[in-house]
Amino acid sequence: MNDRAFAPGPPRPRRRGVTLGLRRFFTPGLRTGLILGFVLVSALSALTTAALTFHQARTAILQRAQDNAVHDLRTQVGSLAPDLPAKPDETDLRTLTRHLDRAGGSRDWRTAAAHGDGPLVAAHGAPPELPAGLRTSASAATTALVQRFHQGGQPRLAVALPVAYADHPGRPSGLVVYAVFSLRSQQQDVDALVAAARAGALPVVLASVVPALLLARRVLRPVRRLRSAAERMAQGRLDARIEVSGHDELADLGRAFNTMAATLQADAVTLRSMEGKARRFAADVSHELRTPLAAMTAVTGILDGEAASGRLGAETSEVLALVADETRKLAHMVEDLMEISRFDAGAARLNLDDIDVGALVRKSLALRHWQDRVDVATPAELRARLDPRRIDVVLANLVGNALRHGGAPVRVLAVAAGQDLVITVSDDGPGLPPDLLAHVFDRFTKGDTSRTRSEGSGLGLAIAAENARLHGGTLTAANAPEGGAVFTLTLPRDPA
Amino acid sequence: MTRVLLIEDDPAVRRGVTLGLRRRGHETEAVGTGEDGLMSLAACPPDVVLLDLMLPGMSGLEVCRRIREISQVPIVILSARGDDVDVVVGLEFGADDYIVKPASDGVIEARLRAVMRRLAPSQPVAGTGDERTTHGDLEIDRVALRVRKRGAELALAPSELKLLLFLSAWPDQTFSRQQLLEQVWEHSYYGDSRLVDACVTRLRAKTEDDPRNPRYIQTVRGFGYRFGPL
Repeated sequence: MNDRAFAPGPPRPRRRGVTLGLRRFFTPGLRTGLILGFVLVSALSALTTAALTFHQARTAILQRAQDNAVHDLRTQVGSLAPDLPAKPDETDLRTLTRHLDRAGGSRDWRTAAAHGDGPLVAAHGAPPELPAGLRTSASAATTALVQRFHQGGQPRLAVALPVAYADHPGRPSGLVVYAVFSLRSQQQDVDALVAAARAGALPVVLASVVPALLLARRVLRPVRRLRSAAERMAQGRLDARIEVSGHDELADLGRAFNTMAATLQADAVTLRSMEGKARRFAADVSHELRTPLAAMTAVTGILDGEAASGRLGAETSEVLALVADETRKLAHMVEDLMEISRFDAGAARLNLDDIDVGALVRKSLALRHWQDRVDVATPAELRARLDPRRIDVVLANLVGNALRHGGAPVRVLAVAAGQDLVITVSDDGPGLPPDLLAHVFDRFTKGDTSRTRSEGSGLGLAIAAENARLHGGTLTAANAPEGGAVFTLTLPRDPA
Repeated sequence: MTRVLLIEDDPAVRRGVTLGLRRRGHETEAVGTGEDGLMSLAACPPDVVLLDLMLPGMSGLEVCRRIREISQVPIVILSARGDDVDVVVGLEFGADDYIVKPASDGVIEARLRAVMRRLAPSQPVAGTGDERTTHGDLEIDRVALRVRKRGAELALAPSELKLLLFLSAWPDQTFSRQQLLEQVWEHSYYGDSRLVDACVTRLRAKTEDDPRNPRYIQTVRGFGYRFGPL
């Protein structure tokens, strides 16, 4: 038992829809893409510029602040330090820092001083807090050290200035002067810079939408033109062309499109003229055939009479009957060809009359002695404006086909449906083969391919369909669910 | 035996139709041009004219018009369908019926017989009803097959006379075009209603005082035609 091999596997998750949806979401239109790209690029460049500018400005502000501080401190210390003893005690240092604090002025620094590993001495109270490690590195340094640090959320700057001996500028004396001050005003300057950069960048990014829109418009206009021209061509207007200007890739595409359209149009014209010639040829041939046929047809009665007279030999009689029969068929075929040619040439005319539909159907059947083989159902007093000769042709064709290919009983049903008259002809035969259904109204389509020649000309249903169309109606073929072919003729009851 | 004048330019068709009709017992004189046809008509009047429309020289339509100037002989046009407009003009010029080529000898004979019958098949036969009736200014004699208007005899073509006799036999009764085609022209039901319309137009031109405002042959819109009421 290998049934399981053919059993369907578990249903696969339906990912296709989701993937498609996502893809659509992530692939916006060309216009959106262009604008997004443009804005992104301008935002990036604005951001980079702002960031670099900010960084430079911030560095400059801080550098100047600390350069000034170091310079001032050095100047003050330079004027005060020569008064100090070589080994200053705590009091000396306190006096020094007091002087320095006072000299700080608007900078509002707090100074401190230490000699060697001695304690840090400030002018008043506890010495200011220093960043860790500053003292250690300052004790070994020969030049000013600067360190930024945060204290209580405030940015601060600490300057350490080792003091050298006056007579030996290269030798540190062990005395280090510290100054600590707040960088708040500088921080405010930097904040203002950030705000300015932000305020500048946002409008730039927003303003970039405008050139992006303009550019998108410029790029997309030829695309839009191309699309509308392609749509016009799809509607069958082969004269659609695009106005091409410029020499870019889109212009090249437009020119290629125009070339394609021109080629297509030329081909269509050629085909149409060939088709017209073929149709005219068919019309001319049938027209030429008609005159000799008229002469032959006028004597078919004589042939029939001779063949049936019994005066001639059996073979001669058969020959005469054959010629008479085939002449009639040929005449019928040529007549059908002429009729189709008139439809093709647009020369077919409607001769409308007010007609009792039931009477028309019954007369049409009676004329061909079909009244006993066909069930007719028509409401009394169903009248319509139509060309009785043409509808008779349609009915004769549909009923004739139903009797020949279908099976009894053949039914003809006429009803009024709103503004329309609907006539159906159905049979209980095998119905139309599916591959024939689509081509049943084509010219020279025959129901039974095994026979080389059928009763009709092969044009009957094509003519019937043309007659329906001439009335502004339709003729359709289908198979009934319970079997049998159904032809439905729908006509306006009063064609304008 | 019927004398048929056939005016047809194609020799084969001329010969075929002549042979076909002769075999059915009709004497047929066949000519190739309209001019010859008119001469033959004057020399030896036929019972019916079978007229092709496509003729060299004088056109079939012109021949039709000239015949009607001198004679009320039945005229049947032998046409190819497709010359639709010509058929209508021919009918307006006074032709009584038309046959579409190619047609068998049987069809041609049947049509000739129908057009030569003086009365419609279902018409009251003379002698059973009123033989002479008066309708307004019209005096219709069903025995002599004559129609007078205020005493003057009207020259009516066979189809015109037949239509008038038929309609006036049932005054006030409406007939559809298809019924008239069957009864007067003996066509099948779905025949060409333009025959009726053309004939009505011609008949009105001869009987009515104002053809655009007819008294005798009235149109019943959506149905057909009716004689009277006066």
